[in-house]
Amino acid sequence: MNMEVNFSGARFKNPVALASGTCGFGRELNKIIDLSRLGGISTKGLTLNRRDGNDGIRIWETEGGIMNSVGLENPGVKGFIDNELTFVRSLDTVGIVNLGGHSIDDYLEGIKLLNDVRLDILELNISCPNLKQGGMSFGVKTEIAREIVRKSRALCKHTLVVKLSPNAEDITALARMCEDEGADGVSLVNTFLALAIDINAKKPVFQNIYAGLSGPAIKPIALRMVHQVARAVKIPVMGMGGISNAGDAIEFIMAGASVIQVGTASFIDPSRPIEIVGGIEKYLSDNKIGDIREITGIV
Amino acid sequence: MAVILYHKKLSDGFFLLKAEAHARVFPGQFYMLRAWGDCPVLSRPVSVYDADGDGVTFLYKVVGKGTRIISKLKPGDDITLQGPYGNGFFDVLGDASGSIAMVGGGVGIAPFYYTAKKLKIKYPKVSVDMYLGFSGTPLLLDAFGRVSDNLVTDVGGYITDKIAPEKYGQILTCGPQAMMRALYQKCKTAGVSEKLYVSLENRMACGIGTCLVCSCRTTDGNKKTCADGPVFKGEAVFSL
Ligand SMILES: Cc1cc2nc3c(=O)[nH]c(=O)nc-3n(C[C@H](O)[C@H](O)[C@H](O)COP(=O)(O)OP(=O)(O)OC[C@H]3O[C@@H](n4cnc5c(N)ncnc54)[C@H](O)[C@@H]3O)c2cc1C
Ligand SMILES: Cc1cc2nc3c(=O)[nH]c(=O)nc-3n(C[C@H](O)[C@H](O)[C@H](O)COP(=O)(O)O)c2cc1C
Ligand code: FES
Repeated sequence: MNMEVNFSGARFKNPVALASGTCGFGRELNKIIDLSRLGGISTKGLTLNRRDGNDGIRIWETEGGIMNSVGLENPGVKGFIDNELTFVRSLDTVGIVNLGGHSIDDYLEGIKLLNDVRLDILELNISCPNLKQGGMSFGVKTEIAREIVRKSRALCKHTLVVKLSPNAEDITALARMCEDEGADGVSLVNTFLALAIDINAKKPVFQNIYAGLSGPAIKPIALRMVHQVARAVKIPVMGMGGISNAGDAIEFIMAGASVIQVGTASFIDPSRPIEIVGGIEKYLSDNKIGDIREITGIV
Repeated sequence: MAVILYHKKLSDGFFLLKAEAHARVFPGQFYMLRAWGDCPVLSRPVSVYDADGDGVTFLYKVVGKGTRIISKLKPGDDITLQGPYGNGFFDVLGDASGSIAMVGGGVGIAPFYYTAKKLKIKYPKVSVDMYLGFSGTPLLLDAFGRVSDNLVTDVGGYITDKIAPEKYGQILTCGPQAMMRALYQKCKTAGVSEKLYVSLENRMACGIGTCLVCSCRTTDGNKKTCADGPVFKGEAVFSL
């Protein structure tokens, strides 16, 4: 049975990867689970300069999900290259480096530094707040995102995957724009902008007011978006958003995702991503399907 | 999965739960607990109250959804334990000598039974004064009495009013943030703030250091409460 996926040249041994921000740089998880059994791992989102992240509460549980407001705490691109990259590369799995930014120059400087190192995929996180646009995410308006994608593509030597925000005004238009500008693939979805209010304090729970919703609660909407995007573009799609078991993963694959990422479900159980690999294999074998590609995008 | 060996209601929504576990546990460490499917999504961090060859015991208070589900479990039922995680007190303390105070407020008393018990074994000459603050019925006074040389309690007031920090070589505390901060101020006024060690209870998701939702600001930069803590030097977190 073949589980291998060639994603624009990056060879995933199976279609299951870990989502950015839920697995750090793999160090801690690798002590608990064998990361070489997974297709890939997307690092914590980097920014050009290191960031200490947001103040106040950073996590809030909701019905079937969680909201987070970590605020991209990370060691910066240089810190990553100096202290984490060798470890990520030592893992026998596709290394996806996730990069965010708060200005176009941030992104481009980060890409320049990463051009000099070896990595498998650069995943461009365009959900970050744009400081020049009053904090609105770069990924909301297609034309604002176009400038970043165009300039990043021109500069970036690596396989470039753009990670889309579900808060986009028109996510299929955004995906088509990425394809037109030469991206090698898209990944979606990032977290949904959401709000929780502490009714006793009569204040938002989070200092930043809004925070990102993830987990099982978002799965049906994320799945719909992956389906729409996969139909709109020819470049390959990585799907994610609430995937918690093999059945969820297979739904995303049938909707058109070549690779899926597991985020929040790793908090339910760190071995869940590996169980998902086993579950997909079982499904293929039970249904006498010889190759995962036979079901990719069949719905 | 671990089998529940013992589960007893104390009072005011407090429970003692013992589950089968064979890992080596250090005082001040915690486990991530869950006894349900995928939702609620997050497991619940709970400190080790005691541990022996058969298992690990937790002292917990029912506050919301997760602890309510756990409180309904019976001996023989399964519970998922991930851990033990965190550094624990011994990691941060270095060597202990003379007199040590442990100051717990509410369910923050939980880690001090095992900590005192282990400390007494490791350093037989050390004396332990236990200060426990309760808002309702005092709990487990017999047990805490057995592992300490002096037991001071307070109900409804401020346990921090009853301690003279300068008497001690080291002071360990766990409880509401306001209580720990008040104790830090008191230690600082007495000129002994470097003797204070605090156990933090930040909200957690992964419990192992991958997600950064539990970060705390310290004088030495951001630290992960789950993996670098939960025990820190009081000055590192409260002098900022
Ligand atoms: C390191 C550590 C050790 C702890 N040790 C103990 C202990 O020994 N005994 C005990 O009773 N409690 C302890 N707590 C607090 C305990 O984790 C919470 O009371 C518990 O998570 C509440 O869950 P719930 O589902 O009942 O409440 P809910 O309010 O329904 O929980 C919702 C979410 O908020 C989180 N949460 C709510 N209150 C707290 C809190 N005070 N601290 C951290 N997260 C919280 C939950 O984990 C969950 O993710 C500890 C917390 C930490 C971080
Ligand atoms: C705690 C946390 C931190 C995250 N950090 C990042 C990040 O740094 N960069 C990024 O592109 N996405 C980040 N995400 C989003 C996830 O990678 C993923 O897109 C989203 O959570 C949806 O998938 P899930 O429901 O499986 O978690 C984060 C999510 C969580 C829960
Ligand atoms: S709870 Fe995830 S890093 Fe501490």
